[in-house]
Formats: sequence, structure tokens, C-alpha cells
Amino acid sequence: MLKESQIMKIHYMTGIAALFVVAVHILMRLVMPYNLSLEYDNVILNYHNLPYAVLLESILVLIAIHGFNGLRIILLEMRQSRGWEGFVTVVTIAAMMGVIAYGTRTIIVANGLSLG
Amino acid sequence: MTETIEKIEHLDKKRAKEHKEKEILRSSVTLKVLRANRAAGEPARYDTYEVPVQRSTTVLDALLWAKQSKDHSIGIRYSCRMASCGSCGMKINGIPRLACYTKVSELEGSTITCEPLANFPHLRDLVTDFSQFFAHHKDMKPYVQNKAADLDPSQITKLSEFLQTPEDVDKFLQFSYCIKCGLCYSACPTVAMDTRFPGPQALGQAYRYFADTRDGASKDRLDMVDEKHGIFRCHFAGSCSTVCPKGVDPALGIQLLRGHLLGFSKSEKKAAELKDRSKA
Amino acid sequence: MEVADRNNREGLKGWLNPGRYGWERVSYWLQRLTGVGLLAYFVGHVYETSSLTQGIDAWNAMLELTQTPLGHLILLLVIGMSTFHSANGIRLIFAEGGKGLGKPGRPDYPYDAVSLNYRQKSGIWIALILAAVAMLYGASVLFGGE
Ligand code: HEM
Ligand code: HEM
Ligand code: SF4
Ligand code: FES
Repeated sequence: MLKESQIMKIHYMTGIAALFVVAVHILMRLVMPYNLSLEYDNVILNYHNLPYAVLLESILVLIAIHGFNGLRIILLEMRQSRGWEGFVTVVTIAAMMGVIAYGTRTIIVANGLSLG
Repeated sequence: MTETIEKIEHLDKKRAKEHKEKEILRSSVTLKVLRANRAAGEPARYDTYEVPVQRSTTVLDALLWAKQSKDHSIGIRYSCRMASCGSCGMKINGIPRLACYTKVSELEGSTITCEPLANFPHLRDLVTDFSQFFAHHKDMKPYVQNKAADLDPSQITKLSEFLQTPEDVDKFLQFSYCIKCGLCYSACPTVAMDTRFPGPQALGQAYRYFADTRDGASKDRLDMVDEKHGIFRCHFAGSCSTVCPKGVDPALGIQLLRGHLLGFSKSEKKAAELKDRSKA
Repeated sequence: MEVADRNNREGLKGWLNPGRYGWERVSYWLQRLTGVGLLAYFVGHVYETSSLTQGIDAWNAMLELTQTPLGHLILLLVIGMSTFHSANGIRLIFAEGGKGLGKPGRPDYPYDAVSLNYRQKSGIWIALILAAVAMLYGASVLFGGE
């Protein structure tokens, strides 16, 4: 089991790393007119761009770890009993992995899609 | 940058000082006191008392006046009347404060509301149960641990003493001023939810002994607070340090201790020298 | 530990009126609210983008749902939340590691706690100002017309 100090080091590091990748992601909405940036072809082209697809995957993983650990913290403080603590650990880890898997599927599929 | 911050600090402090110096002088106030005997299953109600006050009347003075001349049954705990014993903590106008350390003239409005400290099990009227709070304090082993020193009085063979410089003392002195009044524990948003979180008082004491050059158990002290409901459940909301009446600043101690757990700070603590003073 | 007595714990009521303890408590309050808000947005966002896999029509249908005035208002909030949470988060990482708080000393009346210093307060204010600026800029992009 990880110690709480190790978990929180991960929490802080994923937070700092997310800052950079999310900034790039939001700036991508501004390299062209906002509405154009959301058009199907442009979005698919983004996914075809391998470095950017890797960036999306890293946002997905970093934010999922950071965000669901944040949720774990909040839930741990809500109630104190062995049962609840086990439940919180299982649910937040499962949700984290679920979101990562679901988002990764999008990235892989969209990476292989042809333009509309 | 630093200059701008200093300018803002100066302006804000000036405003706060002017605000504080504005004494509100009145000849009487209304005390609104929460009443209930929980052991008898009573629900809470509020009783009000009109109390004559002078410039230097404290909330404790006012409560004791009401108890003497209006209603002997008001339950209240106090002892020293001078912010030393830590027994008169209560919520005054919604904020945890010492009743003996809060003057009526610094409070706004014509009514002063007195309620038992939040986060402590309520017993009766303004009296709460401190046993959980003290248990958290005790969990931190709040005493010097040192294998080299003969601390066990039954085993003393030598008369030895620790040598500490004034600088060594300054590293922990302010944390040792804690009077265990529980105001910080009552203000803390994590304590409000998490019963296993030690709270600002206990964690502040963990740092107090961690930083003491006479103590040899630094490693154990770090391990003790590195758990699910331990030091990382502090989110630096700072409310403990806002309400502490003794300048302990528990939030500072907690963050400094956490800095050691995260590897931000290295311990440069040198063990205090042990000097044998026994006469041959 | 034995089952602890929750009698008289403030509980979620402590979340009302965050201003009564000063800026640091407001920061705690906002950091948590924005954290939860961003997490909700993130999960919704991953669901939103997954419509891509079902082709252009599904994507356009999703855009019709989200690129509305209300959708833009939510996006604006997300921009503000992520700016505040990130900027204040950086401050908190240092502060919670004991950096920028000052040193212990000999407390003197009226006992200003050094950890609640103006470097920390300015950090909170700067995060709030950055969030406001980011939201203004976002509004000019989202609502600024074609
Ligand atoms: C981008 C840079 C980010 C940084 C630097 C950052 C930093 C932090 C820090 C330092 C904390 C701990 C605060 C504390 O101890 O009270 C925190 C908590 C949290 N963060 Fe982030 N964060 C970032 C992005 C995000 C994002 C995008 C999300 C959304 C998924 C998120 C969700 C959370 C949650 C749910 C918490 C728990 C709230 C709490 O403990 O009060 N964070 N963040
Ligand atoms: C201004 C607000 C935002 C807009 C308009 C936006 C839009 C988009 C779009 C169009 C995509 C598809 C890929 C691309 O073209 O880049 C995408 C993917 C993604 N976005 Fe955002 N985004 C925003 C903010 C955020 C934030 C704040 C986060 C992090 C919390 C985030 C996380 C992600 C992730 C993880 C993906 C990849 C999802 C996947 O493929 O499974 N986005 N976003
Ligand atoms: S740290 Fe301050 S507020 Fe907390 S118990 Fe000690 S003296 Fe009271
Ligand atoms: S009566 Fe002793 S601290 Fe108030």
C-alpha cells in the first residue's frame, strides 16, 4: 500500500503536470476561430496528429488520477469506518480506470477514423 | 512585487487597527445563551439576560454576572480568567473565542450570542466534553523522547541536563504556548467532518516535539501522522491560526511538518548535547 | 479507534459562511468546489468527445447540445474554475510544503499568525484576478460574435 505522503506527492505532481498539458489543450481552441476548431474534420485531424493524441492521453491519465484522488480525499473526510474507507478506495480507483479506459477508446478509434 | 505586497499589508493592517480601536461603549448588553442539558435529553433553547457592562467587561464577566444575579443554573466552565487555563472557550457571535479574553466592547451589535464550542460533544449549556480532543493530543506522545537521556525518575543515576541555544528554543517555543483551549479544533473545517483527524492542536504539538533538539523520535513522529486521516487532511484553511488566542499558529507547524514528509525541507536538527552535572 | 462521537460536530454546516474566518478559509472553500466542479466537467467532457467514434452526425448532434448559450456559460465557468484552481493550487503546493510561510518566533501581542501572511493572501487574490481575466477573455471568444 502507498503511504499517504506518497499518494499526495502524486497528487501534487499530476496537478503541476496537468497545468501544462491542459493549457496547450485550451490554446488549441484559439489557433483557429473557436467554432472552426470544433468542426468534425478539424477535431479528427487533431487526433491524427500523433504528438497531440499523446498529449490528450496524458491529460486523460493525469487529470483522472488527480481528480479522483481529490474525490477520495473528500469522501474519506465524510465518514469514518473501515467499511466506508474500503468502499471509497475501490470506487474511486474503479471510476478512475473506467474513465481512462473509456477516453482511451475514443482516442484510439478517432485516431483511425477517416475524415467526414 | 514584494513592495506591492508590503504596501497592501500596511494599508490593510491600518484599516484593521482603526477598526479594532473603535471601542463600542454601551451601558448594557443582551446576552443570548444557549441552554440545554443533553444528558436529560433536552433540546437547545436560548435564554436572554440584560447585563450592565463597563468598558473593560469581558464576556466571561458578563456571563458570571448573569449567573450570580439572574440565573444560577447557567452551566459554564472557567478558571483563571486570564487566558491561561484554556477552559472558557465558547462560540461568541459564531466564532470560537475565550470568554475571558473577549471584551464586550470589541463586539458589534447589541446582542452577544454565546454557544458551546462546535466539534466537541455537547454536555450542558456552554460546557462541552474534551475527552476526544485530549485523546488526539495524547496520541502524539507530547513529551520528549530520548534514549540517551535518563528520563525515568526511578532510574536516575546521573544528574544531567540538555544544552540548548536560544535559537534552538525559538524553533519550537511558540508551539509550546498552547493552552489546549480547543478553539482551533472547533474552527477547523476538517475536524468538523473527520473524527479521526487529530486536528490542529495535536498536529501542532507533533511539530513542537519534532523541532525540539532534545527529542530523538523525529522519524516516529513523521510516521505517526503519515496516514489516511493524518496530517494530509489539512488543507491549509488557516482558521485554526485565525482563532488561536496564544499566537501558537498551529497551521504553520502543520505545514512545516508536512514539508519534511514531502521532502521539501531537510531536517538539520542537531541533537542537544547532554551534560553530566552530577557531583563526583 | 472506537466509534467516535459525532455529537455536535459542525459537519457540512461549516460550509456555510466561509467568509467568517478570513481569506484562507475562502480559498479552501473555492479550491474544493472548483475541484469537484472540474471533475464533473471532465467526466462529462470525456463522454462528450466519445461521440466522435460514432461519426460526424453524432458529433454534430452533440455540438448542438453543448454549443448553446447555456453550454457556453458552463464553459465560461469551467475556464474560471480551472484558472483559479490551478493558480491557487500552485500556491497551495508550496504552502503545504512549508514554503513561503515564514519562521516560528516569539509571539507577541496581538499575535498575528505568520502563516496567514500577505504573501499567501496576495496569492489567493492573484488567483481570483487571473480567473476573472480568463473568464472575460473567454467571454469575448465565446460570445464575441463571428
Ligand atoms: C491544472 C493544474 C492543477 C493544479 C496545480 C491542481 C492542484 C491541486 C492541489 C494542490 C490540490 C490540493 C488542495 C488541498 O490540499 O486542499 C487539489 C485538489 C483537487 N483537485 Fe486539483 N489541480 C489542478 C487541476 C485539477 C483538475 C483539472 C481537476 C478536475 C478533474 C482537479 C480536481 C481536484 C479535486 C477534486 C481536488 C480535491 C479538492 C480538495 O482536496 O479540497 N484539479 N488540486
Ligand atoms: C475551453 C474548454 C474546452 C474545450 C472547448 C475542449 C474541447 C475539446 C475537444 C474538441 C476535444 C477533442 C480533441 C481536440 O480537438 O482537441 C477535447 C478532448 C479532450 N479534452 Fe477538452 N476542451 C476544453 C477543456 C478541457 C479541460 C479543462 C480538460 C481537463 C480537465 C479537458 C480534457 C480533455 C481530454 C482528456 C480530451 C481527450 C478526450 C478523449 O479523447 O477521450 N478539456 N476537448
Ligand atoms: S493551538 Fe491555540 S487555539 Fe489550539 S488549543 Fe492551543 S492555544 Fe488553543
Ligand atoms: S478562564 Fe482560563 S482561559 Fe478563560
